[in-house]
Amino acid sequence: MALLEVKDLRTSFHTEDGIVGAVDGVSFSVEKGQTLGIVGESGSGKSVTCLTIMGLNAKRNTTSSGEAIWKGKNLLTTKPRELREIRGNDISMIFQDPMTSLNPVHTIGKQLIEAVQLHRDVSNRVARARSLELLKAVGIPYAERRIDDYPHQFSGGMRQRVMIAMALINDPDLLIADEPTTALDVTTQAQILTLMKRLQEEFGSAIIIITHDLGVVAETADDVLVMYGARVVEHASVEELFNRPQHPYTWGLIGSLPRLDIDVERLIQIPGQPPSLLRPPRGCRFHPRCSYVMEVCKTTVPELLPTQREPDHLQACHLDEETKDREAAKLLESMMAEAG
Amino acid sequence: MEASTTGTNNSVVDPNDLLVIDDVKKHFPITRGIIFQKQIGSVKAVDGVSFSVKKGETLGIVGESGCGKSTLARCIIKLLETTGGQINFDGRDITKLSRSTMRPIRREMTMIFQDPYASLNPRKRVGAIVGEPLEVHNLGSASEIKTRVQELLEVVGLNPEHYNRFPHEFSGGQRQRIGVARALAVNPKLIVCDEPVSALDVSVQAQILNLLKDLQDDFGLTYIFIAHDLNVVRHISDRVLVMYLGKVVEIATRDVLYKEPKHPYTGALLSAVPIANPELGRKREPIVLEGDVPSPVNPPSACNFHPRCPRFVEGHCDVEEPPLYSFGNGHVAACHYALERWPMDASEIRRASASRAPEPEPEQPLPA
Amino acid sequence: MFRYLIRRILWAILLFIIITFVTFVIFFMGPNDPARAQCGGDQARPACLKLVTEHYGLNKPLYVQYWRFFDRLVVHQNLGYSYANGSSVNQTIAKAAPVTASLVFGGAVIWMMIALSLGVYSALRPRSLLDRTAMVFVLIGISAHPVWIGLIFEYVFGVKLGWTPIANYANFFGAPAGSGLPGGPWQWFYHMILPWFTFALLFAALYVRMVRANVMETLNEDFVRTARAKGAPERRILVSHVLRNALLPVVTMLGMDIGVALGGAVFTETVYQLPGLGQNLVVGIQANDFATVQGVVVFATVAILLFNLIVDVLYAWIDPRIRLA
Repeated sequence: MALLEVKDLRTSFHTEDGIVGAVDGVSFSVEKGQTLGIVGESGSGKSVTCLTIMGLNAKRNTTSSGEAIWKGKNLLTTKPRELREIRGNDISMIFQDPMTSLNPVHTIGKQLIEAVQLHRDVSNRVARARSLELLKAVGIPYAERRIDDYPHQFSGGMRQRVMIAMALINDPDLLIADEPTTALDVTTQAQILTLMKRLQEEFGSAIIIITHDLGVVAETADDVLVMYGARVVEHASVEELFNRPQHPYTWGLIGSLPRLDIDVERLIQIPGQPPSLLRPPRGCRFHPRCSYVMEVCKTTVPELLPTQREPDHLQACHLDEETKDREAAKLLESMMAEAG
Repeated sequence: MEASTTGTNNSVVDPNDLLVIDDVKKHFPITRGIIFQKQIGSVKAVDGVSFSVKKGETLGIVGESGCGKSTLARCIIKLLETTGGQINFDGRDITKLSRSTMRPIRREMTMIFQDPYASLNPRKRVGAIVGEPLEVHNLGSASEIKTRVQELLEVVGLNPEHYNRFPHEFSGGQRQRIGVARALAVNPKLIVCDEPVSALDVSVQAQILNLLKDLQDDFGLTYIFIAHDLNVVRHISDRVLVMYLGKVVEIATRDVLYKEPKHPYTGALLSAVPIANPELGRKREPIVLEGDVPSPVNPPSACNFHPRCPRFVEGHCDVEEPPLYSFGNGHVAACHYALERWPMDASEIRRASASRAPEPEPEQPLPA
Repeated sequence: MFRYLIRRILWAILLFIIITFVTFVIFFMGPNDPARAQCGGDQARPACLKLVTEHYGLNKPLYVQYWRFFDRLVVHQNLGYSYANGSSVNQTIAKAAPVTASLVFGGAVIWMMIALSLGVYSALRPRSLLDRTAMVFVLIGISAHPVWIGLIFEYVFGVKLGWTPIANYANFFGAPAGSGLPGGPWQWFYHMILPWFTFALLFAALYVRMVRANVMETLNEDFVRTARAKGAPERRILVSHVLRNALLPVVTMLGMDIGVALGGAVFTETVYQLPGLGQNLVVGIQANDFATVQGVVVFATVAILLFNLIVDVLYAWIDPRIRLA
């Protein structure tokens, strides 16, 4: 049985300009010990999906529907009190900006101890020992001394390590990492990603990693969800996604990325801008930017369906599979050919 | 290894060089004092950087935050006064030029900034923003400027009819196009691009990169392209310069730098970049650097990369500062123990660093 | 931290010198002749004028007079003697300052109580009925003049309902023997309650708005989201994570406002006939009593500087980013 099963999740924000459908019918599941990557651009709904599961959206002017089943309980209808017991204990979360995610007026020790004591009835001494243990596990040098320092005394990479320590302190079954390395330099990113991989092996947590960086996904995820305009457009194992991408948006993402392993004279560019969720395009939300657009795309929303060859590979595009396989192969081939 | 230093290159000025930077320094003073402030040290943001840029080429500058790349850009464009060194632009020494004598030269070097949201005045119309440099330099009447601005908007792929709109009516990518149009307005020879795509979404990033390449072909522009993203720099650059803590660690042509890096820091950067290819990416053995970039206030002795270096040799790297050793064809790297092959052999990684005194709480060894 | 403190103290001293000098110059260059004022105005006899002029050194150059004043002030802690009636300004201020201080500190307690409860509550429930009511209160508090409010309060609570006295001050430590005036803590409280509310209303209104804005801003901070993600209950989040960060700027304002108000809450003191610094200031100006006015100004300056210093220390204590910088 899946650890977390999300079914037809929808979240909308009521703003002065109208209703913004930030998440529109998203379904996926996460297995124990597995890493799911969610890729998309800003405004694609990837972060809101996870905040909705965690019940962390602002209460006012927000409506959510659908299900997020966690150990038999629908998190969307769970009472706030019970949800609080799950948050930080069974499911924990780390965020993009380590500079602002820690409270500047408390020592990191105090914030870690708080995380322990919110869920365990233990003395300060025990909670502090546990905090130290985690700080050491995430590689904070001189942890005994640094536990009483304030967040501003740490570098960005070190603060993200503290955030990871805090997220893992109660042995969660699921860790949601929302762009955990976006604000960090590339060598620090490598440190954090390596650390997350190692800790996953050690603690056995499942991970949902949200990112806009296909490289990060390729190196960390087992399964990948590609989101565009608040919907899932493709869902496949990481090998399938990179070897046989089935959605024109995924092709665009792969082709538009300058990368170290492949040389191209000109990047494949997706024309236009990401859609407005206030007034999204009818039919397939990608159709105004898609070079394969057909009449049906402008009127009918494509369903997220399995491909014939690989039932676990889901995609939402009206093109026939033969064309898609051909185009995907062409894209990858052209990139390889230029790589020489 | 040929051990000739190429620290200075001012003896013969190559007529193909548009910009020659020689030993440029920018130190910000740190002061302390209760009422009277006295200088107690300095942040060596840029510390003795030399390189040249040929006409029509793109020089990429990479480095992590705090390495001094943006300060260097501001020194080149003379938004900041340098502390030392010389900047030659198009055959003229512009280091000591006053504000007024600098004015005509400002037309020839412009800048594109990182944040398309912050770098455009929200209360001005697009036409006025793009036309401002033309007005400042008295390049035509109002109607001539308008025609030119509309032309520019078209060149960067915006609708010329949008002349009267405000910046907030545009998306991030379109705003960066406005920034490009503004930089292009005065027909510059050199455009310094400071992280021009790092605030943009992936799909929009490609549009701007392609635009910059097209404009270079059409107008014969020379770019200095500053970014932290090694993928982007590789895509756009002809030659690449790697900076660490205010100093040049390596310069080479793009292909050579990415295929045969000589400096261990370049190697570490390259191996840290995630590759969008699951088979390839997971097979590599990354060089994970320990710790953070040290503070430029009190940089490590000699080679300032030595405390984090996988090839550190005690008694040498921490005592003698490495010059820029030459590896042929303009490839230089500041390392006594340059990499002999790439990717690095497992035996080479952390070869010598094991002898270093570890921290009291050593990180647990990371599984490869 | 120590360095920070020393720097603040030195700055305070420098500011003290500058401010006293500036006020001194302003009064010196003013149109009034203190000697003539003391000798009975237009009918002043030349002998009297001469005597007074020499006694106060009024014929000496500006810097000599300032030096005399400064020397007397710093070395002898003496503010001089009233030009109007010759009484010691030190004594005048010693009598008036406790009255003003009672008013200001009591008022501050009241305005902070109102501001914290209303501000925090309306920040937690923006656009609720209470939030909207609070905003109406803010509008009234900001636009209504304290004299007008004072008169309304006196009429309603003092005259109509008869709950409170309508004027005068009662000494906290008991009235001077044989004066027949009310005294003691209860009488003090009883006489001060209306002035407190009158004085506090404007500040309460301003502070409600500030607290509300700061709390709302802090609620949107990433670290508050982190606390929620940890599973912390809302109450704990508010107390442990939001308030301390949100109240940082409020502390600064509070210190400055108390300092400024200690120079005399002129309107409130006038309405309730409280013999505080404000009233002395008004009387002093009317009587061309330079020494008394200067005394109040010096006292106010010291109060403002002192409270700013207290704020700086408090701020450093609350915010580790300053303490450890």
